[in-house]
Amino acid sequence: MFKFFLPNKILHLPSKLVANLISLLIVVSIIGIIYSIFISPPDYIQGDSVRIMYIHVPSSLFGIFCFALMGILSILNLIFKIKFLPLISKSIAPVGCIFSSISIVTGSIWGKPTWGTWWAWDARLTSMLILFFFYIAFILVWKLIDDYKKANKISSIIAILGLFNLPIIKYSVVWWTTLHQPSSITLTSAPSIHYTMLVPLIIMAIAMLIYLILIFLMRYKIELIKIKLNKKKNI
Amino acid sequence: MFTKRVKFKIFFLILLILFISSMIFLVVRSLEDNVVYFFSPSEVYSNENITINKKIRIGGLVKKNSIKKNGLTVTFIITDLKKEIIVNYTGLTPNLFAEEKGVVAEGILNDKKYFIAESILAKHDENYMPPEVSKALEKSKY
Repeated sequence: MFKFFLPNKILHLPSKLVANLISLLIVVSIIGIIYSIFISPPDYIQGDSVRIMYIHVPSSLFGIFCFALMGILSILNLIFKIKFLPLISKSIAPVGCIFSSISIVTGSIWGKPTWGTWWAWDARLTSMLILFFFYIAFILVWKLIDDYKKANKISSIIAILGLFNLPIIKYSVVWWTTLHQPSSITLTSAPSIHYTMLVPLIIMAIAMLIYLILIFLMRYKIELIKIKLNKKKNI
Repeated sequence: MFTKRVKFKIFFLILLILFISSMIFLVVRSLEDNVVYFFSPSEVYSNENITINKKIRIGGLVKKNSIKKNGLTVTFIITDLKKEIIVNYTGLTPNLFAEEKGVVAEGILNDKKYFIAESILAKHDENYMPPEVSKALEKSKY
């Protein structure tokens, strides 16, 4: 499993795999969208605006997941200095950034008809916005700092600092009173979402996971090619 | 297993992580009153930092049969099943504002029992279900 991410393996990544992932993504997301818009029922209070949840929840989940991965990789990177680790976090960052911004925008669109406001400075929403800023900072460091070693170090530190924000996002609804409702799906108890709504949510989550893997593989390959080209130039 | 340099780095990083997390913990603890989005009626009664004529948010459930509408002016009772506060509000209420549902009101305490709201937000809970299931649940209750 680990060997799969080694540079040589990725560089010889069969284009068939990417093509297969794309067709899988199209199929799963079409099923997911049809299920969430036409088949699943409206909510007993929110009505049809519940359908926003099918995009909002998975994108928040993967927004957090991507940053957790980047943070852990950055710790390993600072300790062991493995060459391809920063490239992995560098190629995950844009996808995670997109996911977190989708989460904020869809949440805002959902908040207006449900809460009566687009935005509230409660702990969950604010910490999610901070996560988005961490993504932006991480990406900007790579874009603006030309020196590879320096950019690597600073971006790793940013990712590790951002790691502390993640438990705050997760538990903000438990620790403090927030406008945002607590999680409907937890590991310890049965989900408080009816199964007719849980199924499209899971399908959409799978679709987004495939998208995440697909974009990651493509970007990672590009980063590796860039490194190879740079090395040739220097010689 | 690890070289001395790697060991030093691991030690340093663990120290740094402990340091930052304790710092964040302390900052968040001291900001507690600002981090909470609203106070429950019990907290309004017990917390001495909450004074009248200061803008705050209170939240809880809208008490059953407590909403009284008079034109655009709405009066209702926010409860956390222990203490209650009467809320007076003039303006449009959000669609999901209803009895026995969550609500957050922003405004000024007149005294500890009476609250004048400037804005009202509906708070949604974590339960999602189709209308038929909700009706079935209601029936089985009685």
